[in-house]
Amino acid sequence: MLSRRNPQLNGHGELIHLLSIEGLPKAVLMQILDTAGTFLSVNDRDVKKVPLLRGKSVFNLFFENSTRTRTTFEIAAKRLSADVINLDIAKSSTAKGESLLDTIANLSAMHADMFIVRHAESGAPYLIAQHVAPHVHVVNAGDGRHAHPTQGLLDVYTIRHYKKDFTQLTVAIVGDIVHSRVARSDIHALTTLGVPEIRAVGPKTLVPGDLAGMGVRVCHDMAEGIRGADVIIMLRLQNERMSGAMLPSAGEFYKSYGLTAEKLALAKPDCIVMHPGPINRGVEIDSSVADGSHSVILPQVTFGIAVRMAVMSTIAGNAA
Amino acid sequence: MLQLDAEALYAELRDGVRHLLKPDCALVGIWSGGAWLAERLQRDLGLPGGDKGYGVISSTLHRDDFSERGLVTGKNGGADPTRLPFAIDGRHIVLIDDVLYTGRTIRAVVNELFDFGRPASVTLAVLVDRGGRELPVAAAFCAAKLVLPAAQKLSLGRRDDGGFHFSVTASAGT
Repeated sequence: MLSRRNPQLNGHGELIHLLSIEGLPKAVLMQILDTAGTFLSVNDRDVKKVPLLRGKSVFNLFFENSTRTRTTFEIAAKRLSADVINLDIAKSSTAKGESLLDTIANLSAMHADMFIVRHAESGAPYLIAQHVAPHVHVVNAGDGRHAHPTQGLLDVYTIRHYKKDFTQLTVAIVGDIVHSRVARSDIHALTTLGVPEIRAVGPKTLVPGDLAGMGVRVCHDMAEGIRGADVIIMLRLQNERMSGAMLPSAGEFYKSYGLTAEKLALAKPDCIVMHPGPINRGVEIDSSVADGSHSVILPQVTFGIAVRMAVMSTIAGNAA
Repeated sequence: MLQLDAEALYAELRDGVRHLLKPDCALVGIWSGGAWLAERLQRDLGLPGGDKGYGVISSTLHRDDFSERGLVTGKNGGADPTRLPFAIDGRHIVLIDDVLYTGRTIRAVVNELFDFGRPASVTLAVLVDRGGRELPVAAAFCAAKLVLPAAQKLSLGRRDDGGFHFSVTASAGT
């Protein structure tokens, strides 16, 4: 019989895998954010390492390309004293036809304690979590269009760092939302943490109407979407995931939805501008904004290490 | 029922710590009870650096029971912060704690301390030594020694007016 329990939580409601932010209670999210705050200060020490995952093996399994996420997971695992194994999937047995679960079974036989998984198929990390031994933990580092929970967590960590309180904020998420697992994870995290106004901004082809069901206000007009915003999250135009004519052209998109200093002036004077990276200058964001005083794009990357340390140490300490 | 006068023991601790002080030393209280004691000692002994001149140290990131208990989180939900507002290198550190028991917390905070630098020396002063050591750790000063059954947990509390009191409760695990 299938258990109705959230597969990410054990019988005590503790996090054992991080697969999606959807369905996680506020207390779990807050604990991760508070723990991340502690790990941020580890950067200020002479010894930038703590021994929580000493003797554990963390396998980075990236079936899709990534630089920032894979590197920050690797740094985070090393700061926790874990041994990190990066698999070059393109050259691995998967390319020779081995199934996903056979790959996992073989790596488990090499005494893996944690898998960090990025996969083009939505749900792949769930499949892995269902088949690993009870002491093995799985972190979703992005699956298809579904979820990117550590990005969602580092985004809300960044927002809390600059804005302190979630309950008075207007957050605008702008751009290619239909293809964005980041947007979905952000929306779940912001909703759970009590952000009263979340706007999804973009053209009809990239901002689906059913988002309104997630408690989001859909805006197809950029000026309306970012007016009075405390936080603007720009998304990358994901050309590699688009088929057919979803957009007239990148130039057309920039004209309507690209974030320029002129459009940014419509937001609150202390608005912060975020972007999960990699940024496409002159496509979704102007260089003067990406490098400007409102931009917190690089602090996001730094916070991402502390948040990933918090996620890994939290799940590693909880038994199934 | 065990009765311990925490305020009377604090007065003894204060006098004991006074004799441990030397030039270039600093107090570091172990979170949470030891941090309260260090805060008050810093003020009562008029130590350099003002009221905020003492350090607070947490054992969270170096605990040896992580694989059984996971991250031990504080009342704010996250791990407890270490705060050392001075350079550790070459300094004489006086660690302050409320209760000395197995010695495992001391081992963890000494590791934590060395992540920040190389102190000239580390000594330990506590309110109560309750025996039961599992590691070769000793306090340079303790205000009271007593033996408690392992099933009992002795912990320091702080009232709203800043006064200290002890409570004995049934132990949940270690």
